[in-house]
Order: sequence, then C-alpha cells, then structure tokens
Amino acid sequence: MIEVENLSKFYGPRLAVNNLNFTVSQGEVVGFLGPNGAGKTTTMNILCCILPASRGTARICGFDIFEQSMEIRKTIGYLPENPPVYLDMTVDDYLQFAAAVRGVAGKKIAAAADRALEKCGLKDVRRRLIGKLSKGYQQRVGLAQALIHDPKILILDEPTTGLDPLQIMEIRKLIQDLASSHTIILSSHILPEVSQICQRVVIINEGEIAAIDSLEGLTASLRKTERLRLRVRSANDDVLQSLKALEGTLSVQQEDDSAFIVESPLGSPFQDKVARLALDREWGIVELSSASMTLEDIFLKLTTEEKELAE
Amino acid sequence: MRNSFLIAKRELGSFFSSAIFYVITVVFLLLYSFIYFQILNFFSFQSLQAAQVRGMDLGLNLNDMVIQPAFHNMAVILLLMIPIVTMRSFAEEKKGKTFTLLLSSPIHLKEIVFGKFLACWGVLTVMILLSSYSIAFLFMIGRPEIGPALTGYLGILLMSGCFVAVGILASSLTDNQIVAAALSFGFMLFMWVVGWGAQAAGPNIGPILEYLSLIDHLERFLKGIVDSSDVFYYLSFMFFALFLTHRVLDSNRWR
Ligand SMILES: Nc1ncnc2c1ncn2[C@@H]1O[C@H](COP(=O)(O)OP(=O)(O)O)[C@@H](O)[C@H]1O
Ligand SMILES: [Mg+2]
Repeated sequence: MIEVENLSKFYGPRLAVNNLNFTVSQGEVVGFLGPNGAGKTTTMNILCCILPASRGTARICGFDIFEQSMEIRKTIGYLPENPPVYLDMTVDDYLQFAAAVRGVAGKKIAAAADRALEKCGLKDVRRRLIGKLSKGYQQRVGLAQALIHDPKILILDEPTTGLDPLQIMEIRKLIQDLASSHTIILSSHILPEVSQICQRVVIINEGEIAAIDSLEGLTASLRKTERLRLRVRSANDDVLQSLKALEGTLSVQQEDDSAFIVESPLGSPFQDKVARLALDREWGIVELSSASMTLEDIFLKLTTEEKELAE
Repeated sequence: MRNSFLIAKRELGSFFSSAIFYVITVVFLLLYSFIYFQILNFFSFQSLQAAQVRGMDLGLNLNDMVIQPAFHNMAVILLLMIPIVTMRSFAEEKKGKTFTLLLSSPIHLKEIVFGKFLACWGVLTVMILLSSYSIAFLFMIGRPEIGPALTGYLGILLMSGCFVAVGILASSLTDNQIVAAALSFGFMLFMWVVGWGAQAAGPNIGPILEYLSLIDHLERFLKGIVDSSDVFYYLSFMFFALFLTHRVLDSNRWR
C-alpha cells in the first residue's frame, strides 16, 4: 500500500532524511519511532505530498508522490504534529470546511462531518469555538479532520504529545478503534505508546532507519538482560556495594538519590534476591519494579552495537 | 475555482466574526468622512465667496472640487489600511500551522492564493462601497456628474486590488504579521511614489517609472475616462504580484 524507495530529503545542505526504504501493507499499523529531530515529520510530510523529496520516491496505493499528488492527497488523512485547526471557527464549521477542501462532494459534507464528530466523540462540543477547547479536544478535532474524507490511510504525527495522561489514553483508544479499518502510520518518541498500538516499528535515527521489525522481534533481539529498579528510603554507598556484591549482578547504576538500576541475566529470579537483601539490611523498600526498556536505551543499544560491529 | 471560493468563504467568515473587520471599517469610514466633510466645507466656502465677490455662479464643479479630492484622500487612507487587512492571510496560516491542512488537501496552491486574494479584495470592496454614502449625499445637495464618480470607484477598486495583491505577497514571505504589514506598506508606498523619480531618471527611464506608478493610472479614472491601458496595467499588476506569491510559497516547499 505504501512503498518508500531510497527516500532522501535535504533542507538546504542539511540531510534530514537519508535513503529510507520500507513498505507498509494494507491494514497494517506501523509505528515510526525516533527521538526529536530524527526525521519523522519530514518523512510524513513527504508522504503527504506537502514537501517534495530530494531523492528517491514513494508510491501510495500505486500513485507516485511526484506525478499523482492529487490522488494521494485524497487517499491520505493527515494529522500533523500541531493540529491544523482554526481557533476562531466552531468545530462544526471547521469540519465542514475541512470536508470541502478535502474534496468531499457538496451533498455529502454534512454526513461526513457528522460521522467524524461521532467517531471522535465531539458531538457535545460541535458548536463551540475550537480556540476555547482543551488541548485534548483540539487534538480530537485534528483527528476528525484527518478522517473527514474517509481515507484509506491515516498518517498521524505524534498524536499524543502535549496531552495529559487521561487525554493520551483517550486518543490512543480512538486510534486503536480506527486501526481495524485503516492503514495507519503513527510517529512517536514513546515506546510504550507504539507497543500498545502498532504491529510493526520503523526505528529512525538521524534520518536513517536503525531497525524495522515487529515489536516482539525487536524487544527479543534487544533484551539480553533484565533490569530492576530498586528505590529505598535510606540510600547510601553500602546499598550500591551490597547490590554489586550480589551473586549474578551484571551491573548496578545509581539512577537518582534513592533509586538504583540492577541489571541481571535474562530469566533469573532476581526480584526475590534483591528484595530479601533489602529486607535483611532494612533499607526500606519504596519501589521494586522492572525498569522497562526506554526508547533511549534501544537507541543506545542499536547505535552502540552497530558501532561495535563496525569496529 | 470552487476551491478558491471555499478558501475565500472561510477567510471572509473569519473576517466577519472577528473584530478586525469592524475596527478597520469604522476607522476607515471615520477618517474618510472627516476629510470628506472638510473638503465639502471648503468647497461651499469658496462657492459662497465666489458668489459674493463676483456676484455670479462660476460653475464651481462638484466633481472636480469634491469628488476627485475625496477619492485621492481615500486612496491614501486605503494605502494605510490595506496592509492590516492582508497581513494575516498567509502569515497567520503559517504561524498557526493550519497551512498544513491546505497543503495536504487536494487543491492547488494557485487556488489557495487566489482564494485569499478574493477574500481580502472582497472585504475591501465592502469597505469602499460603504463610503459611497458621501457621494449619494452630493446628489441630494447638488448636481454632480455620475460618470466620473462611478469610474472613480472602479479605479479605486482596481487600485486596491493591486494593494491587496502586494499585501498577500508580503504575507507569504513571513509568518510574522507585523513584518508582513511593514513589508507591504513599504512596497505599496514605493509603487505609489515611483513616478516621482520620472523627472530625475531622464527621458528613457522616466516614462517607464511613470507608467509603473500605481497612482498615475488612477487619474484618468477620476476624470471619468476608462482607458483600457490603465485597466490592463492594474490587472497585470495584480496578476504579477499573485504569481510571485505562488512562486514564493512553492519555493518554500522545495528549499
Ligand atoms: N523546514 C526546515 N528547514 C530546515 N531544517 C529542518 C526543517 N524541518 C526540519 N528540519 C530539520 O530536519 C531534521 C528532521 O526534523 P523532523 O523531521 O521535524 O524530525 P522529527 O519529526 O523526527 O522530530 C531536524 O534536524 C530538523 O532540524
Ligand atoms: Mg516531528
């Protein structure tokens, strides 16, 4: 459905996206994972025919991004990083305008707007000014705008950044509902978000693809150790030394004033050992949890491992 | 074309639902009316004097002595007000990130540019036509010729079309509305006074500068003459400015 071939983009002399290759098939939900400045937005803008590629090309539903941009625009719904909403319009007026510019035929506009309002849970605020809505609702209006012409493909650029936790959950839920009927590309710099919604991840770093894999494959290939976080009331050097001395410990890092990250081999029942030690020494356990792999960790791993191989 | 109207319709809605339109219109009408009644006052004073001193009606002409200067002054006020009308058009879309909606929609850039132009010109047309009460008033108190008043309005509308096109061009260059207003004001004023350089520029370039000047083309309209070369000048001026706007926005994407 989406085929990207040797896609590169220069901003002036600056190479923002370097030689991307990947495909997305129909019905798939693909996560685009990368830190800020990795080139996610740039790639999405190119796919949506907002920016031209400097080199390479992409085909979407068989249409070429250079030759048939108008067809592509009709098949894609795009939610940019900042929802493209006019703050001085009401939700209703805005969605009708969006429907019209997205090419929905005059007679079908009202129905399309109703459908989008319904899907995004905006019925109650349809007559309100967008500028008066919360950030979460504005994001929903942005999403409704992307859905308005019933596109086959949805491209969502960091749909949950800047929202509070409750709003994030709601938007994620919405996206999960949409996943059953759309092909979705979603960018994010938050790993759990991608792991909740997406089947496959494209990890992009400094404009290049660092890995493409299913989520299980990725975590399996990267998780060679278990990590535990131990937070105690009375943290001191003794804690650090005792943890290091514990049998099977690979490494211990002090995370902050009261927390330590203990790394151990995969599959060892380390939780018990650490807990017993902490109880014996009366450190006062505040938290003992599995330190989930953050995106930064994955990046560090991917980039350093590659470098090691190269050396 | 449908798409341009869509853009224009949204733009007009946003004008009319915000204070900008009303503030600008009221300021414009107040300024214009003040100047207009000064002119009218001066005229009645002169014709009274003429009647007393010479004891006869010199046939002082309402068209030459009231309508023409009124139009001249209106042009100056418009020069000052139009940058405020046009400064939002693209700068605000860029700043508010709403431009992505338009750019990712199946519409052409030129339709967007033309839609913005239509909206701003439409707003100006409303403002300008509201001022016509003053001319109607003249018909109640005297017998001016209607022809030059009508062609005068045509000329003013065409000239504001050029101002609007320049303003939109300026707005496409930046995402800062103040910068857009300053740029368009500077450029409009320059196109206004460029004819003044005619004498210094000598016999070769002089006529060209005179031809380029926005205000010189207004003179014949105010006298009641619609010369196709003047109409052509204004239309091509608008076209060229809008063409440049299109180029600017398009090249933003390629950079
Ligand atoms: N309009 C632009 N002009 C110049 N450089 C840009 C522009 N947009 C993005 N960049 C640069 O390109 C790189 C990729 O940016 P972007 O695609 O926005 O990353 P992401 O969305 O992953 O955070 C960044 O280093 C950014 O500074
Ligand atoms: Mg981004």
